[in-house]
Amino acid sequence: MNPALSQQLRNLAGLGLGLVAFMFYAVYFSPTQGWVFFFQLTVNGIILGSIYALIALGYSMVYGILKLLNFAHGDVYMIGSFIGFGVLTLLGGPLSPAIPVALLVLCMFVVAMLGSGFLGLAIERFAYRPLRDAPRIAPLISALGVAFFLENSALLLFGSQYRNYDGYDLISYNGIHIGGDSGVFIQYLGVIVIVGAVLLMLALLGLVRWTRLGKAMRAVSFDREGAAMMGIDPDRVIAATFFIGSALAGAAGVMFGLLFSQIYYLIGFLAGLKGFTAAVVGGIGSIPGAMLGGLLVGLIESWAKGYLNGNVSDLVVFGILIGVMLVRPSGLLGTPALQKV
Amino acid sequence: MPENAPPTPEPTPPGMQIGVDTWVEQADERRQRRTGVGGRISHLWELLPPAGKLAFLTPAIIVPFLPFMNEANLFNYGVFILIYALLALGLNVVVGFAGLLDLGYVAFFGFGAYIYSFLSGTHHEKGHVYTHHWSAQYSILLAVLICALLGLFLGSSSRRLLGDYLAIVTLFFGQAFVIFTNTTDPYGLTNGSNGLANVDPLNFRAFGQTLTISSVKGYYWFLLGCVVVVLIVLWCIAESRTGRAWKASREDPLAAEMMGMPVNRLKIMAFSFGAAIAGLAGSVFAAAQTGAFPQNFSTQVLILIYAVVILGGTGSLTGMIVGAVAIIVSNQVLDSTSPPNNARVIFYVALIAGIVLTLKPSWRRIAVALVGTAVFGLAVHAIVDAVWSRGTAGQVTSGGFLTGVIRHFVLLPTNPGRLAVYGYLLMIVLIVVLVQLKGWWRVVAYVPTLYLTAFVWENLLIQNPAVTRYVLFGALLIAVMTIRPQGLFGTAKVEIV
Repeated sequence: MNPALSQQLRNLAGLGLGLVAFMFYAVYFSPTQGWVFFFQLTVNGIILGSIYALIALGYSMVYGILKLLNFAHGDVYMIGSFIGFGVLTLLGGPLSPAIPVALLVLCMFVVAMLGSGFLGLAIERFAYRPLRDAPRIAPLISALGVAFFLENSALLLFGSQYRNYDGYDLISYNGIHIGGDSGVFIQYLGVIVIVGAVLLMLALLGLVRWTRLGKAMRAVSFDREGAAMMGIDPDRVIAATFFIGSALAGAAGVMFGLLFSQIYYLIGFLAGLKGFTAAVVGGIGSIPGAMLGGLLVGLIESWAKGYLNGNVSDLVVFGILIGVMLVRPSGLLGTPALQKV
Repeated sequence: MPENAPPTPEPTPPGMQIGVDTWVEQADERRQRRTGVGGRISHLWELLPPAGKLAFLTPAIIVPFLPFMNEANLFNYGVFILIYALLALGLNVVVGFAGLLDLGYVAFFGFGAYIYSFLSGTHHEKGHVYTHHWSAQYSILLAVLICALLGLFLGSSSRRLLGDYLAIVTLFFGQAFVIFTNTTDPYGLTNGSNGLANVDPLNFRAFGQTLTISSVKGYYWFLLGCVVVVLIVLWCIAESRTGRAWKASREDPLAAEMMGMPVNRLKIMAFSFGAAIAGLAGSVFAAAQTGAFPQNFSTQVLILIYAVVILGGTGSLTGMIVGAVAIIVSNQVLDSTSPPNNARVIFYVALIAGIVLTLKPSWRRIAVALVGTAVFGLAVHAIVDAVWSRGTAGQVTSGGFLTGVIRHFVLLPTNPGRLAVYGYLLMIVLIVVLVQLKGWWRVVAYVPTLYLTAFVWENLLIQNPAVTRYVLFGALLIAVMTIRPQGLFGTAKVEIV
């Protein structure tokens, strides 16, 4: 058996055992409300996790292809969120939409994805492409500059106040009850987020697996020079990767806005860190890994909020990140890096 | 392989070509660059021994500040420049010498300040009273030592981490510090977001004598002494076995390891060394402002330190001093408490310097761009004035001696609001377009871009100088990295294929 694959299977088996053990603990021994509470947290975690997964995908794709940590990714997500808000306000706001709500939400997603996609293209062109052959530290510093530039530009343009999506007014406060009125509650908004995220991820998987572009992306991330010799233009493929990754982040930004209503110029920082955590936990560079990692980070955050308290949930997530980076830097589904001399 | 180089030096495509060594190929060109007055001066500067550089630099820092400034300005400019020079010198060890990205550096600065404040000061909160009035030399020493140990601890994680993962771990370290200081802990050690306020000034007590530094001028001289000592120590280290080993492991860790250098230990040493210098800066800073507050150690400060290091040129000690002067002066001038007209003058000077630098060899193009902008601006202003009079009826924000020029040149709508926001976005788009263009088209594109920049500045940026400066520093990091990665004083990296 392929050693990398068996490693991944062992990782997954360990993860599954851990999750099952935690579930039993939470359902039978937890001092709080038992299984309804646990499954409610799990549902919330899955909703949150699908947003993180979308962010993590952009991180992971860019890292896979350029070996570059794109610090600005979280801020692209923030800008996407603001673009969605701008579309919402232009088309009448949440209380009196000028066009049918479904169309309005679709418009928000499409415009935000295009906007952040083009932003990602511009960032790549200006901050990273000139540094393709520079020492490793140069693009990192440049990325830091981009993140700071975007954050403060947003502060300058949109101000420091919260903007309100009012997603519940726009769509619905209602949801699905599972197991009666005191059972698990899933809002329709949450359903929309999960379905949207799954659709986007399936589209991405299809693109990477079955199209020429996807094939080129895999080739470039495997060996950029070799791909160039085979007639693939790496610059174009890298630009496309940035576009797709940033568009996914923009979609995640709109989802965040719909779900949590309030956005402001600093939401990108923490979300970016969590997306990065998800990418690393799943195995950076691996697309299924990013999805799994995002889900896991969302679940862990939600459980930590429920069973510990809200303040420490971030610390738990980052503690896990540091642990994974130290113990298993290739993550759950990544292939261990072989250093060639 | 210079003999394999093609006979006609084509414009080199990005990246290296096989068999072409651009560094050797451009040797004559570089020698040519040395001939001008500026070139000769920079050549002489490079010939100068370090002691001579120091002899030039020290008065260059002192002269502009001491005699002409009142207390507040001396603190805002003089003391801050020296603090940031110290911080940049420390970060330079990590980033410049050892080539590691340390995004938690500002936490060491904070630790230094908090440890000093704790050991020399009075705090009582949540029923706990902490009154220690240690003599300054001991508390500074302890702060420096603890920071060095923390650096050792953080650096030891670099053993197992790749470059990028290390950056993230250090970023968390910095964030953890911010969270820790902002959250009031059960023992009231840090007093949450209010910070520690009753901190002693520097009290050196020995042999029954007490020397207290209480005036701003005193701190200025003390910090100057620290900077000079650190400069000398760092210069010695940079040229020593350890310094050369740092540079070797920065360039190629694998090759360095093969040559028998303990790469891991070197990395940890660099971290620890940088952290110690930050701790020193932090403790003096806490004493100088007699307090330590969480917002003194935020991400903004980190970016500021990075801007100093990157602008000055990683690896260059001279660069750190010059970078600190340039960045801190612009930072303080763009502060919301400083009169806006100073910021305006600096902004326009920087704008013109930017044009001159980007179009440099051709004076004709510079002249066309500037004159074109002037004519274009007057024309646009006249047209808008005739068509939409509210578009020019606004007030100039504290114009000073430039009021007349601005009123007849820049569009000032009575209520810019959204228009200014669109202007900002359009300006970014124009800059994006401008960079793509070549030759004379670029000069033509300069005209509307410059005019729009002036419009955005007068209507949006000057209202929020404190935010604008961070936008500019972010842009500066990108621009320096992409255009001139070695900064002002660094040495260009030579890569021979």
